Amino acid sequence: MMANEGSDTKTPATKRIDEPTGTEFVGHEWDGIEELDTPMPRWWLWTFYLTIIWSIAYVVLYPAWPLVEKGTEGVLGWTSRGQLAEEMSLADQARASVRERLSRTPIERIPEDADLLQKAVAGGAAAFKVNCVQCHGSGAAGSQTLGYPNLNDDDWLWGGDINAIEYTLVHGIRQQGHDETRFSAMPAYEGVFDDTQIDAVVDHVLSLSGKAQPNAAGADIYDVNCASCHAPDGTGDRSVGAPNLADAIWLYGETPAQVRRQILQPRMGMMPKWEGRLDPVTIKMLAAYVHSLGGGEDFVEVTAEGEDPPAVEVDEQS
Amino acid sequence: MNNPRGQPEDWSAFTKAKTTRADPLYESAKTVHNKRIDGPFRRFKWLVMLVTLGIYYGTPWIRWDRGEYAPDQAVLIDLANRRFYMFNIEIWPHEFYFVAGLLIMAGIGLFLVTSAVGRAWCGYACPQTVWTDLFQHVDRFVDGDRNARVRMEAAPWTFGKLSRRIFKYMIYLVIGFWTGGAWIMYFADAPTLTVDFWTGQAAMAAYITVAILTLTTVVLGGFMREQVCIYMCPWPRIQTAMMDEKSLLVTYKDWRGEPRGSVKKAQKSPDEFGDCIDCMQCVQVCPTGIDIREGPQIGCITCALCIDACDKVMADIGRPRGLIDYATLEDCEAEAAGQPARPAWKALMRPRTFAYTLIWGAIGLGLLFALGARSHADISVAADRNPPFMLMSDGSVRNSYTIKLRNMESQPRQMEVTLNGLSGGRMWTETISSDEAAPSQIFDVPADQTLSTRVYVMAPADTMAQDFMLELTTLDEQRETDSSATKFAAPGDK
Ligand code: SF4
Ligand code: SF4
Repeated sequence: MMANEGSDTKTPATKRIDEPTGTEFVGHEWDGIEELDTPMPRWWLWTFYLTIIWSIAYVVLYPAWPLVEKGTEGVLGWTSRGQLAEEMSLADQARASVRERLSRTPIERIPEDADLLQKAVAGGAAAFKVNCVQCHGSGAAGSQTLGYPNLNDDDWLWGGDINAIEYTLVHGIRQQGHDETRFSAMPAYEGVFDDTQIDAVVDHVLSLSGKAQPNAAGADIYDVNCASCHAPDGTGDRSVGAPNLADAIWLYGETPAQVRRQILQPRMGMMPKWEGRLDPVTIKMLAAYVHSLGGGEDFVEVTAEGEDPPAVEVDEQS
Repeated sequence: MNNPRGQPEDWSAFTKAKTTRADPLYESAKTVHNKRIDGPFRRFKWLVMLVTLGIYYGTPWIRWDRGEYAPDQAVLIDLANRRFYMFNIEIWPHEFYFVAGLLIMAGIGLFLVTSAVGRAWCGYACPQTVWTDLFQHVDRFVDGDRNARVRMEAAPWTFGKLSRRIFKYMIYLVIGFWTGGAWIMYFADAPTLTVDFWTGQAAMAAYITVAILTLTTVVLGGFMREQVCIYMCPWPRIQTAMMDEKSLLVTYKDWRGEPRGSVKKAQKSPDEFGDCIDCMQCVQVCPTGIDIREGPQIGCITCALCIDACDKVMADIGRPRGLIDYATLEDCEAEAAGQPARPAWKALMRPRTFAYTLIWGAIGLGLLFALGARSHADISVAADRNPPFMLMSDGSVRNSYTIKLRNMESQPRQMEVTLNGLSGGRMWTETISSDEAAPSQIFDVPADQTLSTRVYVMAPADTMAQDFMLELTTLDEQRETDSSATKFAAPGDK
């Protein structure tokens, strides 16, 4: 009965015609406004047929129906993966000229070309996120607890000009069996000194940066055992990667206990050699990026007397 | 039985009423062959068409000197560089509220027009109307006036008809192509783009846009015509909801016209017949093919051509004009009741129209004020917080920030950025070395661009975390200023 009533309202008992238009009423009425049964324009129907044709064409051309294992593939063979690969290779092509310029430019000359430098830094930032953040952190701030150096500051263990940074990247630090790697070892003083002596040395080391009172006994021990690498005034020696002890930056911590531990059982960081793992251009870009982080030092050209600095081969056209 | 709608009590009738349909579900549209007419409204329509098409086709070719760093096209939507140029106004993406404001004004402007003169937009200025009108003139030019066109449509496909049709559709295509061609000129330097277009060097998007617009122009203006207004356009629906008995409409004054009768009949028995002589002129000139004498209806775009037609007829038979005329429903009722006709312009004077005008004007003035007061130099600062701060070897603390200096003038400017509220603070950048660190630095910001650069700010050892400002001053005669507050992070924070 209810169902009947519902459908009944669609077909009025008597055909009533709207006088001005000559069209039949449908029978729906809202507050005196009535719906007419005006025929739809035929082009509307055509448009509907067109959408059907379109959908069929789409189903034939593009992936459409999900099946058990895969979906239908479509005769065009389009895939979103394929499109991505295409776009990636386009991006690679677009970058090719920059990479080419970078490969021809000696690392220390990159900063002279602002545009190239900017591109190198951007590329280095991207490569850093993939290869370096695991130790140095996404902000390149390193970790004092784990002993990964902070790359943002102006304290460099092995040198902070762009060449030195590239060298570190290429050859790594303390890579066994690699002749050109940066290498040094801090002796372990476990058992060499007694407790008072150790405390005195710790005091002296901390006093170098004003963190403790000077300690004469400690200074004596320091002069004999430590000064050869860390320098008499504690400023370190980059050629052997001996850290500066007179500054505010402490790779393994600045409390007396941390310093003591580092003297007794020194920890020494390792860094992978990236040569062979990354291509030279990526390494250059990484060096440029690390150099750009705020503590990068200027490269001072060491050329033999009377010799011209190496020619810069920057091809502006590429 | 409950019967709120006053339907027949005998419900049994409903169950029997499975009648066969009298009307088909679909109906093909009948081509409207509207007749040529001349008169004040037609002339006004010509004028509007000339002006609107003139604006549309001509605007991209107007030049406007902005100096060497900005395009010299008066109206240009530069999508690639995200700039919108309009004479001496230049809008950046962050100022999109101007565009939003303009769109709101356009919306309220339509309300205003509707409130004042009903569907005048539809009747005169709407592109669909203007282009339909244009295409109907082409029909008339190729095939002749109404009668000839009706005959032509019914005629068999002879060589003559075919060649005329081909000729006509060629003209359609040219108009469509020209329409699309003018459109793309708004998006690039018009003379350059024209050359590029014809030498095949323009962007693919340009050709595709022209192709699509050619197609839509020909389909919508050449074939769909009044079907667009009746079935596709939302505006008539909105307008219908906005109209009331005080809105101006093109109205047939039935109390004066009815009953209809030919001139001869009316002469025989003058008292029996109204003024309408049933000559069908009003129907024949109508571009949407409706009969206005059936009353106000959605198909009527109020182009007033039927007024022109009927006035002419009335003049010929010596009766007063205005059997079909602009009038409000309220006035019609008053007039039908025997009161003297109120001039149509009086219908414009209504509170709603004034209210819309006021709102419209207020938004316009607001936008103008905002435009005049906007600064052409701007600084924004984002602190790098990974890591939040850096301790340097001498104990001093370094923070880094990315600053953006926006130069909205079309010439390069020097901008000085100064630290304020960070004692002992010095800064440098990627390009200005730390040896030159100073409390303020000067940047060369290219014309019409935003310079984004990383700056390092260093404060002496033991500086506590604090708020400070980066202040910008342009080093030219305007000396515009702006500032941005940010935080300095330091170990003293903990
Ligand atoms: S009825 Fe009159 S005003 Fe309305 S569209 Fe037709 S000609 Fe124009
Ligand atoms: S043009 Fe005027 S007189 Fe002729 S049919 Fe229309 S309303 Fe009547």
